[in-house]
Amino acid sequence: MGDPTCGDQMKVSIRVDNGIISDIKFKSFGCPGAISTSSMVTELAKGKSTVDALMITDDDVVLALGGIPAHKKHCSLLGVQAVQQAIQDYLRKQKPEVEPVHEKDISGS
Amino acid sequence: MRRIYLDHNATTPLDARVFEVMRPYMTGAFGNASSPHSYGRLAKQALEESRGIIANTIGCKPEEIVFTSGGTEADNLALRGIAYHAGKRKGHVITSSIEHHAVLRTCAALEKEGFSATYLPVDSQGSIDPHEVHKAIRKDTVLISVMFANNETGVIQPVAELGRIAREYGIPFHCDAVQAIGKCPVELEKLNIDLLTLSSHKIYGPQGIGALYVRDGIGLAPMITGGHHERGLRAGTENIAAIVGFARAVKIAVNEIDTYRKMFKSLRNKLESGLLHALDGVVIHSAQGERLPHTSCIGFASVEAESILLHLDLKGIAASSGSACTTGDPEPSHVLTAMGVSPELAQGSIRISFGRENTEEEVTYTVSALGDAVQHLRGISSQWTGARSL
Repeated sequence: MGDPTCGDQMKVSIRVDNGIISDIKFKSFGCPGAISTSSMVTELAKGKSTVDALMITDDDVVLALGGIPAHKKHCSLLGVQAVQQAIQDYLRKQKPEVEPVHEKDISGS
Repeated sequence: MRRIYLDHNATTPLDARVFEVMRPYMTGAFGNASSPHSYGRLAKQALEESRGIIANTIGCKPEEIVFTSGGTEADNLALRGIAYHAGKRKGHVITSSIEHHAVLRTCAALEKEGFSATYLPVDSQGSIDPHEVHKAIRKDTVLISVMFANNETGVIQPVAELGRIAREYGIPFHCDAVQAIGKCPVELEKLNIDLLTLSSHKIYGPQGIGALYVRDGIGLAPMITGGHHERGLRAGTENIAAIVGFARAVKIAVNEIDTYRKMFKSLRNKLESGLLHALDGVVIHSAQGERLPHTSCIGFASVEAESILLHLDLKGIAASSGSACTTGDPEPSHVLTAMGVSPELAQGSIRISFGRENTEEEVTYTVSALGDAVQHLRGISSQWTGARSL
Protein backbone atom coordinates (compact mmCIF):
# COMPACT_ATOMS: atom_id res chain seq x y z
CA MET A 1 0.00 0.00 0.00
CA GLY A 2 1.25 3.47 -0.73
CA ASP A 3 0.01 6.96 -0.03
CA PRO A 4 0.25 8.88 -3.29
CA THR A 5 0.43 12.23 -1.51
CA CYS A 6 3.61 11.64 0.48
CA GLY A 7 5.18 8.43 -0.79
CA ASP A 8 4.66 6.53 2.45
CA GLN A 9 4.39 2.78 2.04
CA MET A 10 3.10 0.02 4.26
CA LYS A 11 2.88 -3.77 4.25
CA VAL A 12 0.44 -5.66 6.49
CA SER A 13 0.32 -9.41 7.17
CA ILE A 14 -2.50 -11.08 9.09
CA ARG A 15 -3.06 -14.50 10.61
CA VAL A 16 -6.72 -15.55 10.87
CA ASP A 17 -7.94 -18.42 13.07
CA ASN A 18 -11.66 -19.27 12.92
CA GLY A 19 -12.52 -15.87 11.52
CA ILE A 20 -10.58 -14.02 14.23
CA ILE A 21 -7.43 -12.00 13.50
CA SER A 22 -5.06 -13.77 15.88
CA ASP A 23 -1.93 -11.97 14.78
CA ILE A 24 -1.19 -8.92 12.68
CA LYS A 25 2.13 -7.31 11.72
CA PHE A 26 3.19 -4.31 9.69
CA LYS A 27 6.25 -2.90 8.00
CA SER A 28 6.36 0.76 7.15
CA PHE A 29 8.36 3.22 5.09
CA GLY A 30 6.72 6.23 6.56
CA CYS A 31 6.84 9.20 8.85
CA PRO A 32 6.12 8.96 12.61
CA GLY A 33 2.47 9.68 11.80
CA ALA A 34 2.26 6.70 9.48
CA ILE A 35 4.16 4.41 11.86
CA SER A 36 2.06 5.33 14.90
CA THR A 37 -1.28 5.04 13.09
CA SER A 38 -0.18 1.77 11.51
CA SER A 39 0.81 0.46 14.92
CA MET A 40 -2.52 1.54 16.42
CA VAL A 41 -4.68 0.05 13.67
CA THR A 42 -2.95 -3.30 14.11
CA GLU A 43 -3.57 -3.06 17.88
CA LEU A 44 -7.24 -2.35 17.23
CA ALA A 45 -7.62 -5.15 14.68
CA LYS A 46 -5.91 -7.84 16.73
CA GLY A 47 -8.45 -10.18 18.34
CA LYS A 48 -11.33 -8.86 16.26
CA SER A 49 -13.24 -10.87 13.68
CA THR A 50 -12.36 -10.06 10.11
CA VAL A 51 -15.79 -8.46 9.66
CA ASP A 52 -15.37 -6.21 12.72
CA ALA A 53 -11.82 -5.30 11.73
CA LEU A 54 -13.06 -4.21 8.31
CA MET A 55 -15.22 -1.62 10.05
CA ILE A 56 -12.30 0.14 11.76
CA THR A 57 -12.16 3.71 10.46
CA ASP A 58 -9.31 6.19 10.47
CA ASP A 59 -11.31 8.21 13.00
CA ASP A 60 -11.17 5.20 15.36
CA VAL A 61 -7.39 5.14 14.96
CA VAL A 62 -7.00 8.87 15.57
CA LEU A 63 -9.27 8.63 18.62
CA ALA A 64 -7.32 5.68 20.03
CA LEU A 65 -4.08 7.62 19.65
CA GLY A 66 -5.55 10.56 21.51
CA GLY A 67 -5.54 12.74 18.40
CA ILE A 68 -2.90 13.55 15.80
CA PRO A 69 -1.95 16.89 14.19
CA ALA A 70 -4.29 17.99 11.39
CA HIS A 71 -1.61 17.77 8.70
CA LYS A 72 -0.90 14.17 9.73
CA LYS A 73 -4.53 13.03 9.33
CA HIS A 74 -3.85 11.62 5.88
CA CYS A 75 -1.24 9.28 7.41
CA SER A 76 -3.96 7.46 9.36
CA LEU A 77 -5.75 6.48 6.16
CA LEU A 78 -2.84 4.42 4.95
CA GLY A 79 -2.83 2.02 7.90
CA VAL A 80 -6.58 1.54 7.84
CA GLN A 81 -6.64 0.93 4.10
CA ALA A 82 -3.73 -1.50 4.31
CA VAL A 83 -5.49 -3.56 7.00
CA GLN A 84 -8.71 -3.57 4.96
CA GLN A 85 -6.84 -4.72 1.87
CA ALA A 86 -5.10 -7.46 3.83
CA ILE A 87 -8.46 -8.75 5.13
CA GLN A 88 -10.08 -8.54 1.71
CA ASP A 89 -7.14 -10.39 0.24
CA TYR A 90 -7.58 -13.08 2.89
CA LEU A 91 -11.34 -13.34 2.25
CA ARG A 92 -10.79 -13.62 -1.51
CA LYS A 93 -8.38 -16.47 -0.98
CA GLN A 94 -10.95 -18.21 1.23
CA LYS A 95 -13.57 -18.08 -1.56
CA PRO A 96 -11.80 -18.92 -4.78
CA GLU A 97 -15.10 -19.13 -6.68
CA VAL A 98 -15.51 -15.35 -6.42
CA GLU A 99 -13.95 -13.50 -9.30
CA PRO A 100 -10.62 -12.11 -8.08
CA VAL A 101 -10.20 -8.36 -7.81
CA HIS A 102 -6.96 -7.28 -9.39
CA GLU A 103 -4.62 -5.51 -7.02
CA LYS A 104 -4.03 -1.98 -7.97
CA ASP A 105 -0.70 -0.32 -7.42
CA ILE A 106 -1.54 3.01 -5.93
CA SER A 107 1.95 3.73 -4.70
CA GLY A 108 2.80 7.37 -5.18
CA SER A 109 6.50 6.94 -5.64
CA MET B 1 19.45 14.35 29.30
CA ARG B 2 22.22 15.90 27.26
CA ARG B 3 21.17 18.06 24.35
CA ILE B 4 23.08 18.58 21.12
CA TYR B 5 22.05 21.26 18.67
CA LEU B 6 22.89 20.43 15.04
CA ASP B 7 20.40 22.64 13.23
CA HIS B 8 22.27 25.92 12.81
CA ASN B 9 20.90 26.49 9.31
CA ALA B 10 17.49 26.82 10.95
CA THR B 11 18.61 29.24 13.63
CA THR B 12 21.52 29.79 16.00
CA PRO B 13 21.83 30.60 19.69
CA LEU B 14 22.37 34.24 20.59
CA ASP B 15 26.06 35.07 21.03
CA ALA B 16 26.70 36.44 24.54
CA ARG B 17 28.71 39.32 23.05
CA VAL B 18 25.72 40.18 20.87
CA PHE B 19 23.35 40.12 23.81
CA GLU B 20 25.61 42.45 25.77
CA VAL B 21 25.43 45.20 23.14
CA MET B 22 21.66 44.74 22.82
CA ARG B 23 20.91 44.92 26.51
CA PRO B 24 20.95 48.75 26.93
CA TYR B 25 18.45 49.10 24.09
CA MET B 26 16.11 46.59 25.67
CA THR B 27 16.12 48.38 28.99
CA GLY B 28 16.88 52.11 29.35
CA ALA B 29 17.45 53.34 25.78
CA PHE B 30 14.00 52.81 24.36
CA GLY B 31 13.64 55.86 22.09
CA ASN B 32 12.05 55.95 18.67
CA ALA B 33 14.77 56.68 16.13
CA SER B 34 12.47 59.10 14.30
CA SER B 35 11.91 61.30 17.38
CA PRO B 36 13.82 64.61 17.50
CA HIS B 37 14.40 64.59 21.29
CA SER B 38 17.38 63.08 23.11
CA TYR B 39 15.75 59.64 23.45
CA GLY B 40 15.17 59.54 19.71
CA ARG B 41 18.62 60.86 18.88
CA LEU B 42 20.25 58.15 20.95
CA ALA B 43 18.26 55.49 19.09
CA LYS B 44 19.02 57.14 15.75
CA GLN B 45 22.71 57.16 16.57
CA ALA B 46 22.64 53.45 17.41
CA LEU B 47 20.72 52.75 14.20
CA GLU B 48 23.17 54.59 11.96
CA GLU B 49 26.24 53.21 13.74
CA SER B 50 24.87 49.71 13.21
CA ARG B 51 24.21 50.41 9.54
CA GLY B 52 27.79 51.64 9.27
CA ILE B 53 29.20 48.50 10.93
CA ILE B 54 27.34 46.22 8.52
CA ALA B 55 28.31 48.33 5.51
CA ASN B 56 31.97 48.30 6.55
CA THR B 57 31.94 44.58 7.15
CA ILE B 58 30.40 43.56 3.82
CA GLY B 59 32.02 46.37 1.83
CA CYS B 60 29.28 48.79 0.81
CA LYS B 61 27.98 52.27 1.64
CA PRO B 62 25.79 52.65 4.77
CA GLU B 63 22.91 54.06 2.73
CA GLU B 64 22.86 50.87 0.67
CA ILE B 65 21.64 48.85 3.69
CA VAL B 66 17.88 48.57 4.27
CA PHE B 67 16.83 46.88 7.51
CA THR B 68 13.94 44.44 7.28
CA SER B 69 12.24 41.98 9.62
CA GLY B 70 14.46 39.19 8.31
CA GLY B 71 15.61 37.23 5.28
CA THR B 72 12.14 36.47 3.99
CA GLU B 73 11.11 40.11 3.96
CA ALA B 74 14.41 41.10 2.33
CA ASP B 75 13.84 38.51 -0.41
CA ASN B 76 10.30 39.80 -0.93
CA LEU B 77 11.52 43.39 -1.07
CA ALA B 78 14.18 42.49 -3.63
CA LEU B 79 11.89 40.49 -5.92
CA ARG B 80 8.68 42.47 -5.65
CA GLY B 81 10.55 45.75 -5.30
CA ILE B 82 12.30 45.24 -8.64
CA ALA B 83 9.29 43.66 -10.35
CA TYR B 84 6.90 46.46 -9.39
CA HIS B 85 9.38 49.28 -9.86
CA ALA B 86 8.76 49.67 -13.59
CA GLY B 87 5.07 50.13 -12.83
CA LYS B 88 3.96 47.41 -15.22
CA ARG B 89 2.58 44.11 -14.00
CA LYS B 90 4.64 42.17 -16.48
CA GLY B 91 8.22 41.18 -17.04
CA HIS B 92 10.41 38.13 -16.62
CA VAL B 93 12.29 36.89 -13.57
CA ILE B 94 15.03 34.26 -13.60
CA THR B 95 15.64 32.22 -10.48
CA SER B 96 16.71 28.68 -9.65
CA SER B 97 14.74 25.56 -8.78
CA ILE B 98 16.58 25.24 -5.43
CA GLU B 99 15.84 28.64 -3.89
CA HIS B 100 14.39 29.08 -0.44
CA HIS B 101 10.60 29.29 -0.44
CA ALA B 102 10.90 32.99 0.37
CA VAL B 103 12.09 33.40 -3.22
CA LEU B 104 10.26 30.52 -4.93
CA ARG B 105 6.81 31.32 -3.57
CA THR B 106 7.33 35.03 -4.21
CA CYS B 107 8.13 34.22 -7.84
CA ALA B 108 5.05 32.02 -8.00
CA ALA B 109 2.97 34.90 -6.61
CA LEU B 110 4.45 37.25 -9.22
CA GLU B 111 3.53 34.75 -11.94
CA LYS B 112 -0.09 34.89 -10.81
CA GLU B 113 0.04 38.66 -11.09
CA GLY B 114 1.13 38.59 -14.72
CA PHE B 115 4.91 38.23 -14.53
CA SER B 116 6.69 35.20 -15.93
CA ALA B 117 9.49 33.23 -14.31
CA THR B 118 12.18 30.75 -15.32
CA TYR B 119 13.39 28.26 -12.71
CA LEU B 120 16.92 27.19 -13.62
CA PRO B 121 17.77 23.51 -13.23
CA VAL B 122 20.73 22.22 -11.20
CA ASP B 123 23.12 19.33 -11.81
CA SER B 124 23.34 16.20 -9.67
CA GLN B 125 25.55 18.07 -7.18
CA GLY B 126 23.01 20.86 -6.78
CA SER B 127 24.88 23.50 -8.73
CA ILE B 128 23.53 25.89 -11.38
CA ASP B 129 25.17 25.97 -14.79
CA PRO B 130 25.76 29.65 -15.72
CA HIS B 131 25.10 28.78 -19.36
CA GLU B 132 21.52 28.08 -18.40
CA VAL B 133 21.22 31.71 -17.31
CA HIS B 134 22.43 32.88 -20.72
CA LYS B 135 19.77 30.75 -22.37
CA ALA B 136 17.03 31.98 -20.06
CA ILE B 137 17.62 35.71 -20.49
CA ARG B 138 14.89 37.49 -22.47
CA LYS B 139 14.36 41.05 -23.60
CA ASP B 140 11.89 41.60 -20.77
CA THR B 141 13.99 39.97 -18.00
CA VAL B 142 13.91 42.36 -15.04
CA LEU B 143 15.78 40.36 -12.40
CA ILE B 144 18.05 37.38 -11.84
CA SER B 145 17.79 35.94 -8.32
CA VAL B 146 20.03 33.06 -7.27
CA MET B 147 21.04 32.13 -3.74
CA PHE B 148 24.68 32.30 -2.64
CA ALA B 149 24.64 28.89 -0.94
CA ASN B 150 21.84 26.41 -0.53
CA ASN B 151 20.30 25.93 2.90
CA GLU B 152 19.77 22.17 2.53
CA THR B 153 22.94 20.99 0.80
CA GLY B 154 25.25 23.91 1.53
CA VAL B 155 26.28 24.02 -2.14
CA ILE B 156 27.86 27.35 -3.10
CA GLN B 157 26.55 28.61 -6.43
CA PRO B 158 28.73 30.17 -9.17
CA VAL B 159 27.75 33.65 -8.00
CA ALA B 160 30.68 35.51 -9.61
CA GLU B 161 29.87 34.07 -13.01
CA LEU B 162 26.13 34.75 -12.61
CA GLY B 163 26.87 38.32 -11.53
CA ARG B 164 29.11 38.84 -14.53
CA ILE B 165 26.39 37.66 -16.91
CA ALA B 166 23.75 39.80 -15.21
CA ARG B 167 25.98 42.87 -15.43
CA GLU B 168 26.76 42.14 -19.10
CA TYR B 169 23.03 42.27 -19.89
CA GLY B 170 22.34 45.13 -17.47
CA ILE B 171 19.91 43.03 -15.45
CA PRO B 172 19.80 43.50 -11.65
CA PHE B 173 21.20 40.48 -9.78
CA HIS B 174 19.78 39.51 -6.41
CA CYS B 175 21.54 37.02 -4.20
CA ASP B 176 20.16 35.48 -1.02
CA ALA B 177 23.25 35.14 1.18
CA VAL B 178 21.43 34.22 4.38
CA GLN B 179 23.32 30.93 4.75
CA ALA B 180 26.60 32.10 3.25
CA ILE B 181 27.48 35.19 5.25
CA GLY B 182 29.95 34.36 7.99
CA LYS B 183 30.56 30.89 6.52
CA CYS B 184 32.37 31.83 3.31
CA PRO B 185 33.69 35.11 1.91
CA VAL B 186 30.98 37.30 0.33
CA GLU B 187 32.68 40.01 -1.71
CA LEU B 188 30.00 42.32 -3.02
CA GLU B 189 32.13 44.35 -5.40
CA LYS B 190 33.93 41.45 -7.05
CA LEU B 191 30.71 39.53 -7.48
CA ASN B 192 28.59 42.20 -9.24
CA ILE B 193 25.75 41.66 -6.79
CA ASP B 194 23.08 44.39 -6.90
CA LEU B 195 20.84 43.13 -4.09
CA LEU B 196 21.93 40.91 -1.21
CA THR B 197 19.75 39.34 1.47
CA LEU B 198 21.11 39.02 5.01
CA SER B 199 19.61 37.53 8.14
CA SER B 200 20.68 37.95 11.74
CA HIS B 201 19.54 34.76 13.45
CA LYS B 202 21.61 32.44 11.24
CA ILE B 203 24.78 34.09 12.56
CA TYR B 204 24.17 34.13 16.33
CA GLY B 205 22.20 37.37 16.24
CA PRO B 206 18.61 37.93 17.38
CA GLN B 207 15.62 36.67 15.38
CA GLY B 208 13.31 39.07 13.59
CA ILE B 209 15.92 41.24 11.92
CA GLY B 210 17.65 41.16 8.56
CA ALA B 211 18.69 43.47 5.78
CA LEU B 212 18.71 43.97 2.08
CA TYR B 213 21.76 45.50 0.47
CA VAL B 214 20.56 47.64 -2.44
CA ARG B 215 23.31 48.89 -4.71
CA ASP B 216 23.26 52.64 -5.27
CA GLY B 217 21.20 53.37 -8.37
CA ILE B 218 18.97 50.28 -8.19
CA GLY B 219 15.35 51.41 -8.08
CA LEU B 220 12.94 49.56 -5.80
CA ALA B 221 9.25 49.88 -5.02
CA PRO B 222 8.61 49.69 -1.25
CA MET B 223 6.58 46.78 0.07
CA ILE B 224 5.64 48.31 3.41
CA THR B 225 4.49 51.91 3.19
CA GLY B 226 4.16 54.41 6.00
CA GLY B 227 6.79 56.72 7.43
CA HIS B 228 10.07 57.72 5.82
CA HIS B 229 12.15 55.04 7.52
CA GLU B 230 14.91 53.26 5.60
CA ARG B 231 14.96 55.80 2.76
CA GLY B 232 11.28 55.19 2.15
CA LEU B 233 11.92 51.58 1.23
CA ARG B 234 10.67 50.01 4.44
CA ALA B 235 8.35 51.92 6.72
CA GLY B 236 7.98 51.13 10.41
CA THR B 237 9.77 52.04 13.63
CA GLU B 238 13.15 50.37 13.62
CA ASN B 239 13.85 47.59 16.13
CA ILE B 240 16.96 49.22 17.55
CA ALA B 241 17.98 46.46 19.99
CA ALA B 242 17.76 43.85 17.24
CA ILE B 243 19.58 46.06 14.74
CA VAL B 244 22.42 46.74 17.20
CA GLY B 245 22.71 43.00 17.87
CA PHE B 246 22.52 42.15 14.18
CA ALA B 247 25.37 44.54 13.35
CA ARG B 248 27.52 43.03 16.07
CA ALA B 249 26.66 39.51 14.88
CA VAL B 250 27.61 40.30 11.27
CA LYS B 251 30.93 41.76 12.36
CA ILE B 252 31.79 38.79 14.58
CA ALA B 253 30.68 36.23 11.97
CA VAL B 254 32.77 37.73 9.19
CA ASN B 255 35.81 38.28 11.44
CA GLU B 256 35.71 34.71 12.70
CA ILE B 257 35.13 32.88 9.41
CA ASP B 258 38.59 31.33 9.32
CA THR B 259 38.45 30.21 12.95
CA TYR B 260 35.40 28.07 12.35
CA ARG B 261 35.81 26.90 8.76
CA LYS B 262 38.56 24.44 9.75
CA MET B 263 36.62 23.24 12.77
CA PHE B 264 33.42 22.73 10.75
CA LYS B 265 35.26 20.79 8.06
CA SER B 266 36.79 18.52 10.65
CA LEU B 267 33.43 17.90 12.38
CA ARG B 268 31.73 17.22 9.07
CA ASN B 269 34.42 14.81 7.88
CA LYS B 270 34.12 12.92 11.13
CA LEU B 271 30.32 12.76 10.80
CA GLU B 272 30.22 11.72 7.16
CA SER B 273 33.02 9.18 7.27
CA GLY B 274 31.60 7.80 10.52
CA LEU B 275 28.17 7.24 8.97
CA LEU B 276 29.53 5.76 5.74
CA HIS B 277 31.58 3.37 7.85
CA ALA B 278 28.74 2.43 10.22
CA LEU B 279 25.88 1.94 7.79
CA ASP B 280 25.05 0.65 4.32
CA GLY B 281 22.79 2.65 2.07
CA VAL B 282 24.10 6.10 3.03
CA VAL B 283 24.43 8.90 0.50
CA ILE B 284 26.16 12.21 1.19
CA HIS B 285 24.34 14.66 -1.05
CA SER B 286 26.48 17.11 -3.06
CA ALA B 287 29.66 15.44 -1.76
CA GLN B 288 31.42 16.41 -4.99
CA GLY B 289 30.15 20.00 -4.91
CA GLU B 290 31.72 23.01 -3.25
CA ARG B 291 29.83 23.20 0.02
CA LEU B 292 29.59 25.47 3.03
CA PRO B 293 31.78 23.68 5.57
CA HIS B 294 29.17 23.33 8.31
CA THR B 295 26.33 21.77 6.29
CA SER B 296 25.83 18.08 5.57
CA CYS B 297 22.81 16.59 3.83
CA ILE B 298 22.64 12.84 4.22
CA GLY B 299 20.26 10.31 2.69
CA PHE B 300 19.46 6.95 4.31
CA ALA B 301 17.89 4.30 2.07
CA SER B 302 14.53 2.79 3.10
CA VAL B 303 13.78 5.01 6.07
CA GLU B 304 11.88 8.22 6.43
CA ALA B 305 13.60 11.36 7.67
CA GLU B 306 10.99 12.53 10.15
CA SER B 307 11.15 9.17 11.92
CA ILE B 308 14.94 9.49 12.16
CA LEU B 309 14.59 13.02 13.55
CA LEU B 310 12.14 11.84 16.18
CA HIS B 311 14.58 9.12 17.31
CA LEU B 312 17.39 11.69 17.44
CA ASP B 313 15.21 14.11 19.38
CA LEU B 314 14.54 11.41 21.96
CA LYS B 315 18.30 11.25 22.43
CA GLY B 316 18.55 15.03 22.74
CA ILE B 317 19.88 15.64 19.24
CA ALA B 318 18.29 18.39 17.13
CA ALA B 319 18.67 18.06 13.35
CA SER B 320 16.31 18.72 10.47
CA SER B 321 15.06 17.03 7.35
CA GLY B 322 15.62 17.89 3.74
CA SER B 323 12.01 16.94 3.39
CA ALA B 324 9.50 19.57 4.37
CA CYS B 325 7.18 16.91 5.82
CA THR B 326 7.78 18.24 9.31
CA THR B 327 6.23 21.54 8.33
CA GLY B 328 3.09 19.94 7.02
CA ASP B 329 4.10 19.70 3.39
CA PRO B 330 4.26 16.04 2.40
CA GLU B 331 6.26 16.68 -0.77
CA PRO B 332 9.90 15.57 -0.67
CA SER B 333 12.57 18.30 -0.69
CA HIS B 334 12.40 20.41 -3.85
CA VAL B 335 16.16 20.87 -3.65
CA LEU B 336 17.03 17.17 -3.64
CA THR B 337 14.33 16.43 -6.24
CA ALA B 338 15.82 19.09 -8.54
CA MET B 339 19.19 17.33 -8.19
CA GLY B 340 17.62 14.13 -9.49
CA VAL B 341 17.55 12.35 -6.11
CA SER B 342 14.74 9.75 -6.04
CA PRO B 343 11.65 10.73 -4.02
CA GLU B 344 12.29 7.78 -1.64
CA LEU B 345 15.86 8.82 -0.88
CA ALA B 346 14.80 12.48 -0.63
CA GLN B 347 12.20 11.42 1.97
CA GLY B 348 14.98 9.69 3.88
CA SER B 349 17.40 12.62 3.91
CA ILE B 350 18.33 14.70 6.91
CA ARG B 351 20.36 17.86 7.29
CA ILE B 352 22.98 18.42 9.93
CA SER B 353 24.34 21.95 10.27
CA PHE B 354 27.12 22.58 12.74
CA GLY B 355 27.75 25.63 14.86
CA ARG B 356 30.45 27.19 16.99
CA GLU B 357 29.57 25.27 20.15
CA ASN B 358 29.70 21.76 18.65
CA THR B 359 32.47 19.31 19.59
CA GLU B 360 34.08 16.17 18.16
CA GLU B 361 32.64 14.17 21.03
CA GLU B 362 29.14 15.33 20.10
CA VAL B 363 29.72 14.05 16.59
CA THR B 364 30.75 10.64 17.94
CA TYR B 365 27.55 10.48 20.00
CA THR B 366 25.49 11.58 17.00
CA VAL B 367 26.97 8.99 14.65
CA SER B 368 26.16 6.30 17.17
CA ALA B 369 22.60 7.58 17.76
CA LEU B 370 21.97 7.93 14.03
CA GLY B 371 23.26 4.42 13.41
CA ASP B 372 20.88 3.01 16.03
CA ALA B 373 17.91 4.99 14.73
CA VAL B 374 18.44 4.02 11.11
CA GLN B 375 18.99 0.36 11.94
CA HIS B 376 15.87 0.28 14.10
CA LEU B 377 13.74 1.92 11.40
CA ARG B 378 15.11 -0.36 8.70
CA GLY B 379 14.04 -3.27 10.89
CA ILE B 380 10.40 -2.19 10.48
CA SER B 381 10.78 -0.78 6.95
CA SER B 382 8.76 -2.21 4.08
CA GLN B 383 11.56 -1.19 1.73
CA TRP B 384 14.78 -2.34 3.36
CA THR B 385 16.15 -5.53 1.91
CA GLY B 386 19.71 -5.20 3.15
CA ALA B 387 22.75 -3.54 1.61
CA ARG B 388 22.37 -2.44 -1.95
CA SER B 389 23.79 0.06 -4.32
CA LEU B 390 22.01 3.37 -4.79
